[in-house]
Amino acid sequence: MHRLAVIGDIDSVVLFKAVGAHVFPVSSPAEAREALERLSDGEYTVICITEQFGGDLLPIVERYSSRPSPAVVFIPSNKGSEGIGMARLREVVKKAVGADILFAKEGN
Amino acid sequence: MELRVSPTRMQLLQLKRRLAMARRGHRLLKDKRDELMRQFMELVGTIRDLRLQVEGGLFKGMKDFLMARTSLSASEIEASVMYPKRTYEFEMVQSSIMGVKVPSFRRDASSGDDGDIYPYGLAMTSAELDAAIDSLDAVMPSLLELAEKEKSAELLAEEIEKTRRRVNALEYVLIPKLEDTIRYITMKLDEAERGNLTRLMKVKEMVRDKEVRA
Repeated sequence: MHRLAVIGDIDSVVLFKAVGAHVFPVSSPAEAREALERLSDGEYTVICITEQFGGDLLPIVERYSSRPSPAVVFIPSNKGSEGIGMARLREVVKKAVGADILFAKEGN
Repeated sequence: MELRVSPTRMQLLQLKRRLAMARRGHRLLKDKRDELMRQFMELVGTIRDLRLQVEGGLFKGMKDFLMARTSLSASEIEASVMYPKRTYEFEMVQSSIMGVKVPSFRRDASSGDDGDIYPYGLAMTSAELDAAIDSLDAVMPSLLELAEKEKSAELLAEEIEKTRRRVNALEYVLIPKLEDTIRYITMKLDEAERGNLTRLMKVKEMVRDKEVRA
């Protein structure tokens, strides 16, 4: 069976405990990085990270992008979405297409 | 740029075969790239919508949760969700998009979804907490799907990049090189042929001269 881990600030992620996800509260980007590296060695297939730590973790997440697992998903914190998840999607498109075509045509 | 080969008929034949092969490979890879791209763009479209939906759902759950926190103390909340009724688990099967292995997450519907997901008694907690857990539970399937799709997109992007590189290497390096080399050998052989011809004519002339004088 594969499991799902959630990394983020405690206020945003404690709720995930109720649905049975494994929750790893962190309070700084360094802690988040440490948690991510610890959890990504195959124990968890899906790792959700709240966005306020996302920016610092992008280089690490990038490393996992060619491996089948873990799948890292950025989720908004309780302060709302900062658009890092979308920015990452845009990066992936840029890599595949060689140009930023996804959002350009809509003018944002 | 040409390859370094000796200009012989053998080499020419071999090079022509290689060129034909390279052209065929190029066409196939190009088709592969185009199809991968089509699949990828489709996937990206779904991801966009899905992500917006998931972000909205999660945010709503967290907001509900904030509401719940106003009526309960932190330790009460902590205690309420401390022992979940189940672990969130799912199956992963590998599927394949154009030969790219991508994960596919499947959640067993039977794994404890009997309607009662609240890991606490109803007496001590507020309805807001129920609402927060409800909205989070509602968005979990989409979150799982989003994880699957984003991972697939990443893997596809990787493959597309690789394929594009190969297509370009064939198109702009190997094929022109082979063509140049073939042209070089053909010219070299033609030149030798002409040399031979003139030599023959010259010899014939000399023989005729001798005969006339004799």
